[in-house]
Amino acid sequence: MTTQIIARPAATPRSKKVLDSGRGGRPALGFLAPFVILYLLFVIGPALYGLLMSFFGTSLVRPGLGTFAGLRNYAEALGSSDFWSSLWHTVWFTILTTPPLVVIGFVFALLAERVSHGKWFFRLAFFAPYILPSAVMALIWVWLYTPDLGLISAALAKISITAPTWLGDPNWAMISIAIATIWWTLGFNFVLYLAGLQDIPRELYEAASMDGAGRFQQIRHITIPLLARTTTLVIVLQVIASLKVFDQMYIMTGGGPNFSTRPALQYIYDIGFTDYRVGYGAAASTLFFILVLAVSMVWFVMTRRQERQA
Amino acid sequence: MASATADPTTVRSSRKGIAAGDPQRSSRAFNRICTGVLIAFSLLWLMPLLWALDTALKPNSETAALPVTWLIKHPTLDAFRSILGQGDIWHWYAASFIISALTVVVTLLTASMAAFALSQLRFRRRGFAFGFIMAGIMIPGQVLIVPLFREMGAMHLLNTYWAVILPQVPTAIAVFVFKQFFDGLPHELEESARIDGASTWQIYRRIAMPLTRPAVAAVAIFTFVWSWNNLLWPLLVLSNPKLMTIPVGLATVQGNFGIRYADTMAASLLGALPLIVLFLFFQRQIVEGIAGTGLKG
Repeated sequence: MTTQIIARPAATPRSKKVLDSGRGGRPALGFLAPFVILYLLFVIGPALYGLLMSFFGTSLVRPGLGTFAGLRNYAEALGSSDFWSSLWHTVWFTILTTPPLVVIGFVFALLAERVSHGKWFFRLAFFAPYILPSAVMALIWVWLYTPDLGLISAALAKISITAPTWLGDPNWAMISIAIATIWWTLGFNFVLYLAGLQDIPRELYEAASMDGAGRFQQIRHITIPLLARTTTLVIVLQVIASLKVFDQMYIMTGGGPNFSTRPALQYIYDIGFTDYRVGYGAAASTLFFILVLAVSMVWFVMTRRQERQA
Repeated sequence: MASATADPTTVRSSRKGIAAGDPQRSSRAFNRICTGVLIAFSLLWLMPLLWALDTALKPNSETAALPVTWLIKHPTLDAFRSILGQGDIWHWYAASFIISALTVVVTLLTASMAAFALSQLRFRRRGFAFGFIMAGIMIPGQVLIVPLFREMGAMHLLNTYWAVILPQVPTAIAVFVFKQFFDGLPHELEESARIDGASTWQIYRRIAMPLTRPAVAAVAIFTFVWSWNNLLWPLLVLSNPKLMTIPVGLATVQGNFGIRYADTMAASLLGALPLIVLFLFFQRQIVEGIAGTGLKG
């Protein structure tokens, strides 16, 4: 009952009286101040400072902003093959993980919905990895991927398949990280889809089956269209989370072999904290931010359109 | 209102009633196939964790021996003992607990207060204030690491827990979750409290907060898990091994373990243990919190 409130917060705004907190609104200010001060200090402040820095040749080891650089940092980033290849690695990772995570999450939820007993077990099995710290998940998979001694190579050897060296092979490293990530975060999408499925009125299926629609027709014409909003949410959350990928590469490959898995965030990290070029790092961050913002905007427009259609 | 999980069972029986005769039998067979497929995949999904546990219970020498096997010839807790005996992990536990707990407390307090003002109090530019705070959802913390690091340096907070805690607190999503709850509260309560002479703070503290326990639970659990798992930012600001959190510690010393695979797995499992316990206790809240709001780290 209580948790139900979490699941479905009152979404419809209703006309209501608002407490009058005095003419000056001073209590309101007092209530807002603690959060807003921290927000200004640690979100808005750094955001503006970073934007400012991106126009300067700021160094991590020297105080002050350094010399004015104009748009040179941006020009350098846009002309740097390292920047573009790290951005591509992030996008490649997103492409490798998003479709399987969406499709497998949906299929597992469809299957689990038909099960009448022991649903908790499936929820546990698929969702448990999601709560692991990235570092733990990464160390477990590094061990699984270990050539010869790792479980995966050993299992493949049993059926006479010679496994690649996974994380050590530039062609396989990103795919290996993607597989580990799918294992890690599938539970999140599984849970979202399971909740979405439970919101579909049964009468629709009953009416469809009376009309002679088969199981797959029902899925195609009822389930998938009615879950469109869940799917949009899952895809966008997935894409945004994937764009921010850093932890897995940092621990599993360190961005290697030969920088073949270095994502955009690690590029920013390396530039700022290994090369000490924080002005340039801030410019790269800004470009990265624009990319994330663009994806969020696409989602915003898509949900608006879906809401209007509904 | 029935809980979400109880719902489908009652409905399933009605669905069975409709499909009569042959289709019913084929439907049952189909369900059995679905269950079988699902069981196979769930076992596959549990495999990495079971293998980690299996490895941690072997002596280090056995983990590096061929052929690779699930059998443990000499089961032992040596790996766990050696990790707990070295002492590093206790520092990491302490750091993770202090940082996560303080993050949770400060987040709960500041976010709920801000949400209370945005939902219940009247003041000028309320709409602007809400929009201004919600804009924070658009700014991923990761793009702020470079300027934030300099700021922390200037504030002399590097290598302190506060350097990790403070930037983790102002999360717009927490304000959003609280505001949704406050918006749903009946207003008669507050009006009568106001007539009885209660101050705004008393209304917040004694009426609004006790009624929003589910929001408090959801925000607390998610903030704790997210803070516990955070890697990138603590990695930057905590270079002193005694101050490192669990993920930073694991990421930093992983090379030192070398081929001591049992030790590595024991350390990993110990690092995840508090979250596994938390998950087993709050499985419902966590799962339904995600289903309702789509929170993602």
